[in-house]
Amino acid sequence: MSEAPPERVSTGGAAMSPGRRALRRLVRRRGAMLGAAIIAAFVALAVLAPVFAPHDPLQTSWGAIRKAPSAAYLFGTDEIGRDVLSRVIWGARASLLAGLVSVAISMSLGVPIGMLAGYLGGWVDGLISRATDAMLACPFLILAIALAAFLGPSLTNAMIAIGISATPIFIRLTRAQVLTVKVEDYVEAARAVGNSRFRIVWRHILPNIVAPLIVQATLAIAAAVIAEASLSFLGLGQQPPAPSWGSMLNTAKNYIDNAPWMAIWPGLSIFLLVLSFNLLGDGLRDALDPRHR
Amino acid sequence: MLEYLVRRLAAIVPTLFFVSVLIFGLQQLLPGDPAIILAGEDRDPSVVEHLRKRMHLDEPLPMRYLYWIGGVLQGDLGESVRIQKPVLELILQKLPVTIELAAIAIVIALSIGITAGIVSAVAKDSVWDYAANVVALWGLSTPNFWLGILMILLFSVTLGWLPASGYVSPSEDLRGNLAAMIMPAFVLGNAIAAVLMRHTRSAMLQVLNSDYVRTARAKGLDERVVVLRHALRNALVPIVTLGALEFGTLLSGAVLTEQVFSIPGFGKLIVDAVFNRDYAVVQGVVLFTATAYIVLNLLADLAYFVVNPRLRK
Repeated sequence: MSEAPPERVSTGGAAMSPGRRALRRLVRRRGAMLGAAIIAAFVALAVLAPVFAPHDPLQTSWGAIRKAPSAAYLFGTDEIGRDVLSRVIWGARASLLAGLVSVAISMSLGVPIGMLAGYLGGWVDGLISRATDAMLACPFLILAIALAAFLGPSLTNAMIAIGISATPIFIRLTRAQVLTVKVEDYVEAARAVGNSRFRIVWRHILPNIVAPLIVQATLAIAAAVIAEASLSFLGLGQQPPAPSWGSMLNTAKNYIDNAPWMAIWPGLSIFLLVLSFNLLGDGLRDALDPRHR
Repeated sequence: MLEYLVRRLAAIVPTLFFVSVLIFGLQQLLPGDPAIILAGEDRDPSVVEHLRKRMHLDEPLPMRYLYWIGGVLQGDLGESVRIQKPVLELILQKLPVTIELAAIAIVIALSIGITAGIVSAVAKDSVWDYAANVVALWGLSTPNFWLGILMILLFSVTLGWLPASGYVSPSEDLRGNLAAMIMPAFVLGNAIAAVLMRHTRSAMLQVLNSDYVRTARAKGLDERVVVLRHALRNALVPIVTLGALEFGTLLSGAVLTEQVFSIPGFGKLIVDAVFNRDYAVVQGVVLFTATAYIVLNLLADLAYFVVNPRLRK
């Protein structure tokens, strides 16, 4: 009896690598693409701030104090005559830098520690998990405020404070992922053929837990941007006269009745950037995690 | 139940220990001699000497921790350098204001979040679902201090309906108190409503697909009864538990909201302490907050255990 020819099944890109398949799924998500486009625009603004900013962001002008938006000053001027648009453009640098550096700090601390806890287990895991619980018990912003207060007010210290405060989330996520992956057959096989612990973790476990870490990192950048703006709003981040969206809002609240434009643009910028990272993070989660599809 | 309680209590002891180490460790981040820094700008040698003795700075670090934790266990969180009052007293003095703010915020968050979550789940993939998701994304992405400023601009500056800032005790003037609290409470509740909406939506979607809801529908029950009495009642359990985890967001948000609206609460206490370099107050507030968070989580876990019969088996 001859076998029936195999049915032609649409592979939906089965020949593609998982990374490319995820990218294709991501590209189809309009929200995520919108988020990515807005982030790209902010990155371009931040990098090319000297080109895009129409005025010097620190230049004061006593003849142009709290001027409403006009052709000369598209977003108006602040309480000492500085151009709000130029300060918003330069402020993008502080926000993006804070978002990226803080999350880089969290990941470079959290991922190795989480892998250690998940892979070694036992008392190492117990110790790390209890310390993580302790950090998670302190509300994120309150811990960041306390750390920034003790370290001293500056953008660098704010980034360190935010990075440390967000670390336990990465420890917990990495640990959970390692616990799932380390019992997979391919890890057992790698162990059976005599690979070292380091090689198993580095070559076989880490590449398989990257997807959820990327998603978390994107959402963590959104939280870090808000946290930096919050610390700067409280006077613990970027120090004046250097522009930062948070510190601009702190000043703007005192002039809300006669210069509302001072508050609208920096706030809208924070909102747009955070929204974009949230949209991209949601899209990445849907594209990378099959359970969310 | 007793066994579960003992197990949970045993688990929080090491966590509390690590919390205390973390908060004690904050002091070690101060660059230079803590006694000189804490003595303020005058750096009066007698004050420096007094602080050095009080903080046991001439002793090894583990001994200093033991002295500190010994005091904490007896309710001594230190003394405010600026106000010269015990930190615990200051916290307890400011706490009622923040509790009132948080309570109103939670009511607002629950009303908006749960309603939007139900609508979104029942009308999945409709315009309502889309709108609710957009509102949730807005809530998650809006910095609450900016929302506060915008609300002041609209309701105080433009319309003149509500006071822009300040606080009136409810015992003095209930109406004035509510007028002063409604905007900050809305600002604070906004982000939590977004989180609750997402939790409610996913919990409701799960419950609406379960067998007993299908049975209720098959019996011919009115859809409203099915959704509100059969589905929501069961979906609420995880929502309330997850809601308790939002306590941290609530307190973090209160710090900023109280700053925008000049409300003399717990959040303003830590910000003022930071600027007055009143480090004992900063440590005390973080310790108090973390302990409250751990206790609240324990209570939420116990509540979940009590209301969920499957866990008691």
